[in-house]
Amino acid sequence: MHEGVYREFEETIAAGERIEPRDAMPPEYRATLIRQIAQHAHSEIIGMQPEANWITRAPSLRRKAILIAKVQDEAGHGLYLYGAAETLGARRDELLDRLHAGRQKYSSIFNYPTLTWADVGAIGWLVDGAAIVNQVPLCRCSYGPYARAMTRICKEESFHQRQGYELLLALSHGTEEQHEMAQDAVNRWWWPSLMMFGPPDGESPRTERSMAWKIKRHTNDELRQRFVDIVVPQAASLGLTLPDPLLRWNEERGHHDFGPIDWAEFHAVLRGEGPCNAQRLGQRRRAHEEGAWVREAAAAYAARHAARPAGRAA
Amino acid sequence: MNGPATGGPGRATGVVPEAAGAAGTTAGTASGTTEDAALALGDDALVLSHRLAEWAGHAPALEEEVALANLALDLLGQARTLLTMVGDEDRLAFCRQERAFRNVQLVEQPNGDFAHTIARQLYFSTYQELLWEQLAAGDGPFAPLAAKAGPETAYHRDHAVTWTLRLGDGTRLSRERMQRAVDALWRYTGELTRPVAGLAGVDWAALAAGWAERVGATLRAATLTVPEAPARAVWSAGGGRQGIHTEPFGRLLAEMQHLHRSHPGARW
Ligand SMILES: [Fe+2]
Ligand SMILES: [Fe+2]
Repeated sequence: MHEGVYREFEETIAAGERIEPRDAMPPEYRATLIRQIAQHAHSEIIGMQPEANWITRAPSLRRKAILIAKVQDEAGHGLYLYGAAETLGARRDELLDRLHAGRQKYSSIFNYPTLTWADVGAIGWLVDGAAIVNQVPLCRCSYGPYARAMTRICKEESFHQRQGYELLLALSHGTEEQHEMAQDAVNRWWWPSLMMFGPPDGESPRTERSMAWKIKRHTNDELRQRFVDIVVPQAASLGLTLPDPLLRWNEERGHHDFGPIDWAEFHAVLRGEGPCNAQRLGQRRRAHEEGAWVREAAAAYAARHAARPAGRAA
Repeated sequence: MNGPATGGPGRATGVVPEAAGAAGTTAGTASGTTEDAALALGDDALVLSHRLAEWAGHAPALEEEVALANLALDLLGQARTLLTMVGDEDRLAFCRQERAFRNVQLVEQPNGDFAHTIARQLYFSTYQELLWEQLAAGDGPFAPLAAKAGPETAYHRDHAVTWTLRLGDGTRLSRERMQRAVDALWRYTGELTRPVAGLAGVDWAALAAGWAERVGATLRAATLTVPEAPARAVWSAGGGRQGIHTEPFGRLLAEMQHLHRSHPGARW
């Protein structure tokens, strides 16, 4: 493609080395990355909502501290990722506008509600767990700033995953009511977690090119299988079951078989018909609109005091 | 599950502790136990942390999501240290009735708009920073915590000062909102410089003077008017320390305590 203009780019990719912001790159590579990184950043900040829903009701001070710190980490992940997108020439406020206008997506998993305290554990264990499986290969992504952001993020995500597991373990071994709460949460979050890896390989149009560019390293189905294989033994040690009667070890494949995923549900949620799509986007827009006067004040102050800046930047 | 919290030796955490009447006695010799003081300071930190954490997912910018969570986490850490000096932190946080809480009324005030949150933080962090300075310099039971919390609180005040300047000296709208917030919360500031029962070695007159000076300087630098209302004389001054709270506080507790109380004896 592009007859040699991007030869250096192609060579860098072929050698398995990193593309850096100042390197020449095909416009499609840049656009693909901006879209993917923005979508990822949006997921981090929308993903704060379902868990923040339980901060003020956390049942112990220790759990409350862990949860505040987790939600804060997700905000931090959003910051790193918008920062990575900015190295490609995108602007955070424009990306946010696109999110708010519904023109850019975020992970559909966050369109499900957190109905009980156990959902906080199920999200940490399954949703952060699935995110790790998705994201660890991105630490080797061909675009340097994205790869480096992912390395920092993955460290924190594995913390979140362990904390979620530990929360569920306490519930599973707690009172009967607590155990039921944990099982119910896992029942509700299991299938949406499997959908986090995206449509099956045959229906994922962008996978092939992203793999050629070494943005993506594994197909959706490969990653989904890896996740199932990791989670099944963990569920057993939690003393909880996964809601799939077809789930069993396949000696021949060396993997777990699992039942069919309801792709109609996946596509419905993607279209905006999930239980919380409107609520999540509504809260995000509202926070942004209600904060406009604050951001404007900071900008006006900074402009007026440009010669003698006050404290930390906005 | 609504009985008194398991406390230190002989500690009563019923509706109104015996030491409550001590507020207003001479500086540095307020009567009461160390547990009384730990409870008062611990409740301040616990309740303000809760309010700040309510911002999660609603902050005006991503940087503020991080910053407000930092404040909430620092204060929650302080609260846990202080409540543990009194008894079981979770029983104290989740099983006491409204009238048994000893926090000042300022910290329970609802977040309001961002300006109200910043004004509340400016008033409280300025007080807390001065208090930690004095306590860290002494050798009382709070000296180790004060030494550790001092730098955290300095950051909290710095954050509040920075935003007070930006909002006060920002746009016309932000100036209006900041002034409104500064005025609205002023009536809750008298309580901040009243002696805390059981807290020895504090020069309250110096603390009050330092508070007025620092807050006044910040407001003036932000082109705001320092309120003139007689904050120290309003009836509510000292109310929180005696377990008299404002209406929004009951709702805060209802939300905070509901899950814990719904599962008596459960571990989390
Ligand atoms: Fe994250
Ligand atoms: Fe996470």
